Amino acid sequence: MISVKNLYKTFNQGKATQVNAVNGISLDIKKEEFLVIVGSNGSGKSTLLDLIAGKLFADKGEIVLNGFDVSKLPDYKRSKWIARVFQNPFSGTASQLSILDNFRLASIRTQSKGLTIGINELFKKKVKEKISLLGMGLENKIDQPIGSLSGGQRQALTLLMSIMDDCKVLLLDEPTAALDPRSSALIMQTADLLIKEFNLTALLITHNLRDAYNYGNRIIMMNEGRIVQDINNYEKAKLKQTELYDWFV
Amino acid sequence: MDFYLFAVLQGLCFSGIALGIYISMKIFNIPDITTDGSYTLGAAVTAILLMHHISAFIALPLVLIAGAISGALTGLIHTKLKINALLAGILVMYSLYSINLTIMGRSNLPLINVPSLFSILNISSNTNYNSFYILIVFITITTTIIGYLLKTDFGIAMRATGDSETMIRSLGVNTDRMKIIGLALANALTAVSGYLMSQLQGFTDISMGIGIVIVGLGSVIIAETFINLFNITSVWLSLGLVLLGAVIFQLVLAITLDLGVDANLLKLVTAAFVLIIIIIPKLKFNFLPKI
Repeated sequence: MISVKNLYKTFNQGKATQVNAVNGISLDIKKEEFLVIVGSNGSGKSTLLDLIAGKLFADKGEIVLNGFDVSKLPDYKRSKWIARVFQNPFSGTASQLSILDNFRLASIRTQSKGLTIGINELFKKKVKEKISLLGMGLENKIDQPIGSLSGGQRQALTLLMSIMDDCKVLLLDEPTAALDPRSSALIMQTADLLIKEFNLTALLITHNLRDAYNYGNRIIMMNEGRIVQDINNYEKAKLKQTELYDWFV
Repeated sequence: MDFYLFAVLQGLCFSGIALGIYISMKIFNIPDITTDGSYTLGAAVTAILLMHHISAFIALPLVLIAGAISGALTGLIHTKLKINALLAGILVMYSLYSINLTIMGRSNLPLINVPSLFSILNISSNTNYNSFYILIVFITITTTIIGYLLKTDFGIAMRATGDSETMIRSLGVNTDRMKIIGLALANALTAVSGYLMSQLQGFTDISMGIGIVIVGLGSVIIAETFINLFNITSVWLSLGLVLLGAVIFQLVLAITLDLGVDANLLKLVTAAFVLIIIIIPKLKFNFLPKI
């Protein structure tokens, strides 16, 4: 599904503050693989995700998505395949717009935004049905600005928004970092459920090693812009949680 | 009484600027002051066309295009050359002064005995009432179009662009393109204000746009005060309040003049009034329950 070849990204090239954020990464991610990426701060995890999403462009190397070379495509064009959930709940939703408006935009992620009114009774019903799956009671608040909700509720809705339109790849960049333990657990369970139900290929960055241990079917560890550990599904099942902690020592 | 009616008429003419500033400032979160130039541009294009006996109906699309081009230029400078929006607006506004002067040929163009939008229909024998009815119809149509636009998928994407750029890009929207379109739309509406005002007052003057952006800002801030006070989320109500804001703003200025304030001090009074309406919502009144 995603093939990354010899990817390099350097910030502040030639200055004293030069950082080789991604330093020659090659990675093949198969369809329906749920890849967990761990690593200390500054190891290049987020940069790698931004490169795949198209928010950043690589200095060298190529990214092939579903058979297309997307290396030169900006983020808003890669959204045809990719949906994202961000670390900051405010990034994934538009605060002043209603839940309904946010879902409307998400439901036409891969399409052009035309001059017709897309919100009708049928669409409202569809959104209410989808939101009721979360069991948060938000289906009765679809006309409220999404900014009036809590961070956990917004992250849950962002997750749900990603499957409103055709989605191949789901990028989760520390989606629970800003949440309390209960909301975090709910978000991770919802994500896992959606990934399985919609056969998504997913990438998750997390600092929570228990999540890294519990979820996903492949785990890699990054350090100084390189992949230093790569454990596939078979080996991951045998991996102990304490071994994960040892990677960081 | 006619004095106040004329203030209302002016307010209605300024509703284009108010809607334009609402789009650039509230929807896109961009401080755009191309306004001063695009307002005069609209008035200049109108004057030249009407003087050449071209119908006001044919002049309107040309005014819209002229305004849109000036807004798109600011948008292009801001997004493609990565220049601060305020500076981009100043540059375009500044250069528009020369362009307007070139279009007009001299600094003042009177429009006496020239058929205009306000002489097309004769609903009332009183010219002011006649202008009032025509303006109401004109603005209702304009606002309906803008309101509809904001409700479409494209409009929702526009509103999201000013709200969370990260989000809307990840949902497949080219935000640079969206901002250029937004600024073009805002300045097309501003140019329409120039179109209306030049015909209402019967002349176009090169300096008529100086500081006019404050009229739009004041109107939008009045509207915003109501929007926040009553927690309004409806697009239609918000647009209606922006129009109301434009009229209230002119009425307050008329009252000030009526009270005998020196006309030379009008801009100072205007600025003070805008300052007051900005700080009023920030004051905490003790008799209101704390939320």
